[in-house]
Amino acid sequence: MSKTGIRKTKADQELGKENRRLPKAPTGIQGLDEITQGGFPRGRPTLICGSAGAGKTLLAMEFLIRGATEYNEPGVFMAFEETAPELTQNVRSLGFDLDELAKEKKLVIDFVRIERSEIDETGDYDLEGLFIRLGAALDAIGAKRVVLDTIENLFAGLQNEGILRAELRRLFRWLKDRGVSAVITAERGEGALTRHGLEEYVSDCVILLDHRVIDQVSTRRLRIVKYRGTAHGTNEYPFLIDEDGFSVLPVTSLGLQHEVSEERISTGVPRLDTMLSGKGFYRGTTILVSGTAGTGKTSLAASFVDAACRRGERCLYFSFEESPGQLIRNMRSIGLNLEQWTAKKLLQFHSSRASFYGLEMHLAIIHKIVQEFQPEVVVLDPVGSLIQAGNRRDAQTMMIRLIDFLKQRQITALLTNLTSGGQALERTDVEISSIVDTWLLMRDIELDGERNRALYVLKSRGMAHSNQLREFLLTPQGVDLLDVYVGPEGVLTGSSRLSQESREKAEALARRQEAERKDRDRMRKREALEARIVALRKEFEVEDAEAETASVEYGLREEMIAHNREAISRSRQADLVKDGVDGKRRKGAR
Amino acid sequence: MKKSVRAKEAKPLSLQEIREKNEPASNEVWQLRLYVAGQTPRSVAAFANLKRICEDHLAGRYEIEVVDLMKHPQLAAGDQILAIPTLVRKLPQPLRKIVGDLRDTQRALVGLQIRPAAMGE
Repeated sequence: MSKTGIRKTKADQELGKENRRLPKAPTGIQGLDEITQGGFPRGRPTLICGSAGAGKTLLAMEFLIRGATEYNEPGVFMAFEETAPELTQNVRSLGFDLDELAKEKKLVIDFVRIERSEIDETGDYDLEGLFIRLGAALDAIGAKRVVLDTIENLFAGLQNEGILRAELRRLFRWLKDRGVSAVITAERGEGALTRHGLEEYVSDCVILLDHRVIDQVSTRRLRIVKYRGTAHGTNEYPFLIDEDGFSVLPVTSLGLQHEVSEERISTGVPRLDTMLSGKGFYRGTTILVSGTAGTGKTSLAASFVDAACRRGERCLYFSFEESPGQLIRNMRSIGLNLEQWTAKKLLQFHSSRASFYGLEMHLAIIHKIVQEFQPEVVVLDPVGSLIQAGNRRDAQTMMIRLIDFLKQRQITALLTNLTSGGQALERTDVEISSIVDTWLLMRDIELDGERNRALYVLKSRGMAHSNQLREFLLTPQGVDLLDVYVGPEGVLTGSSRLSQESREKAEALARRQEAERKDRDRMRKREALEARIVALRKEFEVEDAEAETASVEYGLREEMIAHNREAISRSRQADLVKDGVDGKRRKGAR
Repeated sequence: MKKSVRAKEAKPLSLQEIREKNEPASNEVWQLRLYVAGQTPRSVAAFANLKRICEDHLAGRYEIEVVDLMKHPQLAAGDQILAIPTLVRKLPQPLRKIVGDLRDTQRALVGLQIRPAAMGE
């Protein structure tokens, strides 16, 4: 209900924009209004041609139903092939209740039966009866839209082609004059758009539906052959018919005008965040995780999803190889409980074999689910297998469309891609490497009879990312990244890394012990030297003391000698040194 | 059904008998309905032509109802009328339709499966 509401307002805006140009009758069909820039020409006939089973009737019917329910434009369905009960039943499986609409006077189905076997022709006639019938039906509900499905059946019922052609020309003129938006369906003819050349009369808008089977996979495509007064998309657009009706994928028209976000989101692996300049991916970017088989791509994707759910974001996980149950079980082994998120409706798994549908169908389904679920994060695991569903060129265009579509919606997309053995690692099968923003490469390293996983950031736009190779470890607690050792023999991982680690630890210990020993030696030397210094000083002190004593003794001795000499002199009564003797004598006399 | 029964009887029939069995009984009333849209020259011509054919071949045992779809457009769906004018033979069964202004009497007779009176007598 709200979905249709959104679509309506959006279409209304589109319509407002287009009104300055050619007035349009919005079809309300997903995507078709975008490529026709607002819908079918208002008040003019539109021709839808295609081979049997291409979806002409359904497209026409949905144009009427959407008109009646969403744009308040009642419609008349003039059926030349199927009866009203048949039509009602056909579209009931698509969720449309024609009986209800008929009761509300929003829709009239008029079945026109032409039985050639009971009709003879003689003389002149015209198709005024058809005009009157149609006119009456239009007037009964004030119809703004008309479908004639398939009016070419008239050619089978009536013989006079000259009259028929003139009358058809008049009919389309008449429809234009009445100002109803008409849709005319026609069978695809040999070498022409329609079997009876109806395109000659309906020249305002011609849409071609195609249903091709290539490599046993069918693809429906729609092309606007011409549309007067509108710059329409000219490509072939894939479309699908599912339980919600018709939807066209206009994604090639998206271009590169999407907004960018500055917000960074965690990868779910702290070390990986660090490698991406500490903050993780930019929101709304596209991340490619590529690597050979068993390198842990899915585990990395699951970690990312887990982190996103932890932040309360909504995630969509498209798996082309594993069933949801298998994924949940496998991820439990690395400590990721994804079941809690599916229970909280934050996480949705969609598993389908890539070869189950055509590429367009896959794309369409992804589109639809994304539009319904409105996720913040989308995981495609692995995108490479989608090639199986189409050829390489198609797969690439599809991926570009898908990435543009997701970017437009600010959805962060994580794609995994399996690189097959023997191929260069730096290429992807779908050749999308140039359009992704961040590319994580997972590889395995075989060394010493072991196979270990390594990861590095090949590119990451807009951030200074690490250039280091990290060992990628799957532990029961989750994904972890470790430094790897790069030595002469190459990169060391696993046991080699462990032994290298212990070797380094031992070496470090030895170095520490050596240093300690040297320290101790130094201390000892110092102490020894200091002891010697003390001893020497003591020795010196002793010698000094001795020297002093000697000096004193010398003085005393000299005095004694002098004294003795004086005494002797005195005793001899000599006057050898008068002065001195006198003095000394006087002195001594005293 | 009838044919198989006849085949069992294995009784040879004359040409006259076969013709009588296959064709409407001569005393049956023909109900004809002519659909027109307004008083166009073609409608007028169609009615005149029909009237003449009936007078010539079905004198006294026919009814013509003219339906003007301009006045009763809702009646067009009932007999699945597309072309104008259309003559519908309601009775005798089976239902037959002839579109056009009936200007070619021979074709009209073939279409209505009327044995020309001149030939029948």
